[in-house]
Amino acid sequence: MSLVPDHLRYRDSHEWVDASQAISPVGITDHAQAELTDVVFVDPPKLGPVKAGQQVCVIESVKAASDIYTPVSGEIVEVNAELSANPGLINTDPYGAGWIYKIKLSDAGEASSLKDAAAYKALIG
Amino acid sequence: MSDTPLLRTPLFENHVALGAKMVPFAGWEMPVQYSGIVPEHQAVRKAVGVFDISHMGQFIVSGDDALAFLNRSLTNDVSKLEIGQGQYSLMLNDAGGVIDDLILYRTSQLEYFVVVNASMIDVDWAHLRSLLSSEEDVHMANLSDATAGLAVQGPKSRAVFEKIFGSEAVFPPHNSIFVSADDAGFMWLCGTGYTGEDGFEFFSPASNASAWFDKIVAAVREEGGVPCGLGARDTLRLEMGYPLNGNDLSPAKTPLEAGLGFFVAMEKEAFTGKAALTSQKKAGLPSKLAAFKMTGTAPPPRPHYPVAYNGEIVGEVASGTQSPSLSAGIGMVYLPTEAAKIGTAIEIEIRGRRFPAEIVKKPFYRKDGV
Repeated sequence: MSLVPDHLRYRDSHEWVDASQAISPVGITDHAQAELTDVVFVDPPKLGPVKAGQQVCVIESVKAASDIYTPVSGEIVEVNAELSANPGLINTDPYGAGWIYKIKLSDAGEASSLKDAAAYKALIG
Repeated sequence: MSDTPLLRTPLFENHVALGAKMVPFAGWEMPVQYSGIVPEHQAVRKAVGVFDISHMGQFIVSGDDALAFLNRSLTNDVSKLEIGQGQYSLMLNDAGGVIDDLILYRTSQLEYFVVVNASMIDVDWAHLRSLLSSEEDVHMANLSDATAGLAVQGPKSRAVFEKIFGSEAVFPPHNSIFVSADDAGFMWLCGTGYTGEDGFEFFSPASNASAWFDKIVAAVREEGGVPCGLGARDTLRLEMGYPLNGNDLSPAKTPLEAGLGFFVAMEKEAFTGKAALTSQKKAGLPSKLAAFKMTGTAPPPRPHYPVAYNGEIVGEVASGTQSPSLSAGIGMVYLPTEAAKIGTAIEIEIRGRRFPAEIVKKPFYRKDGV
């Protein structure tokens, strides 16, 4: 069973964000990393403003390249530099060391349109 | 998108029960992975893995004229096959382009067993039939639908073999075939594979495939191995530089361009495509299939990515992946002949950015660094 922390919000495309923080890390869910398996490369996002739902970067597993969409609007202020040397952190610690970028949320209210943990659990069955 | 329903092998339910992720491949619904491409790949390199290859096609060609017929239909020299031996061969069109690559085994004095690619069963069958004249004593049977197949690959294959067939049974030597039969039907047991590892493959009636698979999966697990999907099959074969029809072979490229001249017996009197190959040899090859490795940190190269040489786009990636053994991107590409030399620098264009790569010698992976 995949981990789905209660305090996060989830996009249907399997990204998570912590909308309670002004600047939140964004990553992919445990379920998503298990589906992708073996992340081997992260094409990092560009710093700067983005709109919710915009494709911001690409994660590559051996199997396929997967687009990552930002769950919220705001400004990308930092990318996880650790991932260039160790992209497998996304597999081993998707909600911790495997975060992909940090975003300064421009509209915390936007997160209400995202799924909460219960709804995301229902989505992934 | 095609509306044709996907075919299922007799092991479909077994794969689903094992938690496989099923994907469309060559018209079939096949397991791409169970536990993950990398762990499955490593299991085959270090222990053992089992693959469902029931989607592949099998023909029997027999009769007094079978040897002559096959010898003019395929590139390799069939007359060199002793009973019980197999050889890699190619089926060409008149322009010398590759229709399919296959393995041809001689199973008796007048009988041959042919294993072809899943997506090409109907095409190959029709092509062979079209080359056959009514005066020839040749009988063809297509067993593809009635037959299931399993490939056991990896250094522990012999231990699995012994568990399944008993310690008295003879492990099939490389490129050999043993045919046996019992009440359930025939079994073709072959010393071949597509991974570069020791191993065996066998084809037998679809009706008892599930029982075989369960038994072999259990033996494989006892030897520290796992069931493997097409994802690992692709990374394993590409590390060896083995071509995949549809990616690395096509009707627009000759086996000489694909670097498979070793399997083309130009000294044979005649075979389909020979004239075109002779004139291509004379004129010089317009392109060659080259192996490349990414030289820095880069996304994995994937089929169809543009490839640049001297700054100009000159082709596209034929096969490409992240090599689990080398932890680097590897692939193959048809390049102008002058560029297809070891050490040549090329670039792979990935999402609009170009990443450096280098032409290297095949295979990409050698056991124990040999």
